Amino acid sequence: MTKKQKRMLAAILISAVLFVVAWLVPVRGPWKAAVFAFPSLIVGLPVLKNAVMSVFRGQLLDENFLMAIASVGAFILGEYPEGVAVVLFYRVGELFESCAVGKSRKSVAELMTLCPDEATVFREGKWVTLSPDDVEIGQSVRVLPGEKIPLDGTVIEGASSLDTRSLTGESVPRDVTEGDSVFSGCVNLSGVLVLRVEKSFGESTASKILSLVEDAAAHRSKSESFVTSFARWYTPTVIGVAVLVGILPPLFGGEWSVWIYRALEFLVVSCPCALVISVPLTYFGGIGGASRKGILVKGSDRLEALAKTDVMVFDKTGTLTHGIFEVVSVEGESPEKILEIAALCEQFSTHPIARSLREKWGGRVSEDRVSHVEEIAGFGVCAKVDGVQYYVGNESLMRQKRHSPTFAQTIGTRIFVASDTECFGVITISDRLKDNASAALSALRRLGIRRTVMLTGDGVASAQSIASQVGIGEARANLLPQDKVSALREISADTKGTVAFVGDGMNDAPVLTAADIGIAMGGLGSDAAIEAADVVLMHDDLSALPQGILLARKTHRIVMENMFFSIAIKILVMFLCALGVANMWHAVFADVGVSVLAILNALRTLSRK
Amino acid sequence: MMKKIYHIENLCCANCARKIEDGIRKISGVIDAKIVFMTMKLHLQTEEGCLESVLAEARKIAKKIEPDCEIVE
Repeated sequence: MTKKQKRMLAAILISAVLFVVAWLVPVRGPWKAAVFAFPSLIVGLPVLKNAVMSVFRGQLLDENFLMAIASVGAFILGEYPEGVAVVLFYRVGELFESCAVGKSRKSVAELMTLCPDEATVFREGKWVTLSPDDVEIGQSVRVLPGEKIPLDGTVIEGASSLDTRSLTGESVPRDVTEGDSVFSGCVNLSGVLVLRVEKSFGESTASKILSLVEDAAAHRSKSESFVTSFARWYTPTVIGVAVLVGILPPLFGGEWSVWIYRALEFLVVSCPCALVISVPLTYFGGIGGASRKGILVKGSDRLEALAKTDVMVFDKTGTLTHGIFEVVSVEGESPEKILEIAALCEQFSTHPIARSLREKWGGRVSEDRVSHVEEIAGFGVCAKVDGVQYYVGNESLMRQKRHSPTFAQTIGTRIFVASDTECFGVITISDRLKDNASAALSALRRLGIRRTVMLTGDGVASAQSIASQVGIGEARANLLPQDKVSALREISADTKGTVAFVGDGMNDAPVLTAADIGIAMGGLGSDAAIEAADVVLMHDDLSALPQGILLARKTHRIVMENMFFSIAIKILVMFLCALGVANMWHAVFADVGVSVLAILNALRTLSRK
Repeated sequence: MMKKIYHIENLCCANCARKIEDGIRKISGVIDAKIVFMTMKLHLQTEEGCLESVLAEARKIAKKIEPDCEIVE
């Protein structure tokens, strides 16, 4: 608690004690007013002072002013306890609100302690301590075990393991050694590391994440906009009604004191604070809670949309699969020879498929054995190995060479190997599925995601096979990168709900942008992905998807509860006040009680579960 | 278009933040203004060249609604 809050708490406690004492003192008439004036002045003086000042500033809808009128009015009508209760509980509500806001700020700020305050830099022959802000690109920074990495860089000396939990939510440490990139915000666990700084402090991962999370709150959701516009007319309307209630009935024969008292009750309920504070507080907590799990949501609006996702579209390579190609089968008379020829012919290619061929073969590639290499883009390679002409490529290349391979159908990318006379082998290469892909997909289905689609450049057979292994409903195959955007648009066009696209952010930035919500996986260290996406999963883990949706829904549910509950109670109490069923105590509850309950409800988003 | 983020100090009520925001939005030259109560920040977008005059006006509005509050860089 801050000093100001402590002082407020003290005033509230003293006032509460005096309030109880005042009930017990057996006095009547003006003496009773005096006895009750003490507790109300102890907490109410600042309110009264602000009220008077706000009148001078022309702010007649200021809540201090309204509360002061309600309290003073109650005293004049001889309802002393009510007069005290109005200010006392108003202050309790204020204190509670400021504590709650402080708590959630602190909780999100814990995340903000990602960045250390100092960095140890090598300068003019010795290690000096600087503020990370003053460190320049290219300088060497030393990070001892237990310290946080201050800036993004490359390890030039040492090996260690890093705790990336605060960035990614991932609890398994990550091993790094010379040449590896490391990101600011990770904690160095074991060895001493020396880094060459690659990015300035402001451009480093930790700072970027911080500003992202901070700015997220400025992107308001529909519920927040609703609350703001609601608050805009709520107070003036309620005050207008209060004036009518106070004046009209007495003009038609009602008792003045009765109706003025009811009007004062309206003033007590006129503050929309519960709503105005609890809805943004909920989103703030939700976004903070998500980032603690390594899920960065770039705005309350995005969190709201995520909660309403009902179609999810996935990119295949790098998202559902590792994006690492592996030879899964070799068919033909002599598999060894088939692989050898394929690897030799493809030795100059940097394509991942060629790399996987060389890896599987394991032999040493030599330029001497291969000559006349000719790459035919989109088909394959022709080359002479030990003086014999070979063709290595897809089915179209074989057809061109008038071969008709008769191998059994396999799933994946098929590379045929042929000589001039016959096609004598086929190698099947496939991308490996991520371990938790199908678990994540079934979790999403359980969450009620209606439709799942996979987009891929692969052929139909391989696409279908992957889709059925993972448990994805539809697969769209043979898509060129530019086709993916139109495929997504098509899917959006025939869905009313929100369409989310999940990609690795490497080359699908246009699709990420085109989707209602673009979700980039493995965003740690990928600026392009962080830039283009609405939601970034820092850790390359599909299980964060159902987690993120659950969190978004929980946040949304709390927002809805708060909005409905606050508005309903206030309207109900006003109605009952007008009828004379409810009294000042109920009005105080509708103001402070509702605020407190709504805030407590909002704080649930901060729970670590 | 100019965009800038300011800190607001001593802002202690969410509804007042909303009122100040409403006020700042009405200043001529302001394209968009948002006050985020949770982060105590004013996200201000103005037309070219009028940031200073808008800011002076914004400070006046803020003072009127909440006397203690200060808009700082």
